[in-house]
Amino acid sequence: MTALESANQIKVQFGDIISEPAEFRGEISLKLADADKLVEVCNFAKKTLGFDFLVDITSVDNYGEDPRWTVVYHLRSLVHNVELRLKTDVSEEKSALPSVLSVWRTANWHEREIYDMMGIRCVGHPDLRRILMWEGYPYHPLRKDFPLAGKPTDLPGVAFTRVTPMEGGPFVTLPTKEDSIAREPRVRVPEDAEPGVSDKRLVKK
Amino acid sequence: MAQVQDIEIRDSATRAAQVAEELQDVQGEKMVLNMGPSHPATHGVLRIVLELDGELITKADPDVGYLHRGDEKIAENMTYTQFIPYTDRLDYLAPLANNVAYALAVEKLLGIHDKLPPRCQYIRVMCCELARISAHLLGLGAFAMDAGAITVFLLTFTEREKIYNLAEAASGARLTTSYTRIGGLARDIPPTWCAQVRQFLQEFAVTLAETETLLTRNRIWVDRLRDVGVVSKAMAIDYGLSGPNLRGSGVEYDLRKAQPYLCYSDLQFDIPVGSVGDSYDRYLVRMEEMRQSMRILSQCLEKIPGGEVNASKEPVNIPDGKITLPSKLKVLSSMEELIHQFMLVTEGVNCPPGEIYFGHENPKGELGFYINSHGGGTPYRLKIRAPSFVNLSILGELLPGCMISDVPVVLGSFDFVMGESDR
Repeated sequence: MTALESANQIKVQFGDIISEPAEFRGEISLKLADADKLVEVCNFAKKTLGFDFLVDITSVDNYGEDPRWTVVYHLRSLVHNVELRLKTDVSEEKSALPSVLSVWRTANWHEREIYDMMGIRCVGHPDLRRILMWEGYPYHPLRKDFPLAGKPTDLPGVAFTRVTPMEGGPFVTLPTKEDSIAREPRVRVPEDAEPGVSDKRLVKK
Repeated sequence: MAQVQDIEIRDSATRAAQVAEELQDVQGEKMVLNMGPSHPATHGVLRIVLELDGELITKADPDVGYLHRGDEKIAENMTYTQFIPYTDRLDYLAPLANNVAYALAVEKLLGIHDKLPPRCQYIRVMCCELARISAHLLGLGAFAMDAGAITVFLLTFTEREKIYNLAEAASGARLTTSYTRIGGLARDIPPTWCAQVRQFLQEFAVTLAETETLLTRNRIWVDRLRDVGVVSKAMAIDYGLSGPNLRGSGVEYDLRKAQPYLCYSDLQFDIPVGSVGDSYDRYLVRMEEMRQSMRILSQCLEKIPGGEVNASKEPVNIPDGKITLPSKLKVLSSMEELIHQFMLVTEGVNCPPGEIYFGHENPKGELGFYINSHGGGTPYRLKIRAPSFVNLSILGELLPGCMISDVPVVLGSFDFVMGESDR
């Protein structure tokens, strides 16, 4: 069974909430319109179509768009040796979607990471704690509105509570037609950066 | 005269379950033991909070993130080429393999991953297999040392030194190699490199055999490893294990065979699998993988297009000025190449919008890159699927039921590296 056949079977089973399979570089992607049906779709993919291996779960922040989050599941069938990408959108107000921990146990840490880095909660996860950042850290660093240099955090006893001195970096030019001030260097200025905390150039508009 | 002795194979219906039954009647207070983040057996900065009943583990909570550097965030803020040095620091025991994995992922986004020049493909495969041997050697040495066999550590580190020399000869750096570029390599291998690899293979075969005589039939080693940390086939798949840990549980899945990339489909090699899924099986799988890597390396030495000195001037980069840097001579003498060089350095390789996932068979397991591109020279989102991160997530279920003295063995047999797990 190829990936396209599997995708079509999911489409037949769930109808309108599944988008047409999209192909790019030989990979098949499906979009699920209703995130609440996620567990059903995953269960069907695993039990009927043999997608027994969950490779990865990823989240994407479409900052400035609605819905803001896209959560991406990479499924693999070890038996048929096919892969399928399943995506679903989550709105910013909701910022939650069902946990697939009951389908694949490997989802445990991936979902904790998504909660930690993006702040999307997986409902039904029994142990939704931060995983890479420390307990009590107030931000979700992979969000697009979180500055690369970091934000000052008030955490007594932890050394790194200030904004990173970027020294003008990173030195990347954005491919736009704007003037060179807009194109480089691409440092996002933290909104609540204390003046004088780090490099002066950081706070200069 | 040497006498062949059979080793008694006990029923793999977990030794730990028996111990748990024996200890059931004993009443006592539970103790919480904080193992790590700075503990020699946790190979880096893994912290495990263990709840103990005597010596028996009743609950284990692995705590990762001490080495988190925000690699994914950093990647969103620089060009694809600029991120290559960061991949050195993922699995820092096999930087060459990480370089190849990342380059292949970006090339897949560009749609050129199967159009690479043959010489480039062979050099990349050789780098990957050298990295595999290097990573397995460190894993094995540290594993054996944790179990009390220090000699092995000395033997394996001597051999790793030779691989570092090879990496230095090819890339100029021993550890932070950054050898690949999008669409090719930083440079061709030096003319004497193949001879050096050949010599390494000869010497390594001797050391590997010696290491094997020290461990494989060693009574202490076998007793400490066998039936410890048993991962069943179903559990391994459910937890998304990959690499030698998945194959140790008897699942014959290797991305080099399942989704062949580079020139792996032209090369002969076998995929070793375990039968029980215990620590001993994972050890055996790694030993055999090193032998298969040697096999791949010797085939590459025979088959490499252009030969050792590249007399026929085979290219190692894709001949596309919009992807790989032109030669310096051309840059200084021709307008078009000058523009290409300027655009590549300032704006990066212009990738099409789209999303791809590429999984690479790294020494520790499947190193995957998910790239979400909105076009241009920087990724919109880059997710690293780190094998060690996924492999470690099983510990919470695997360790309860083990003895405290089994923890170094289980950790050693899983062979993780925190630089990759924490990203």
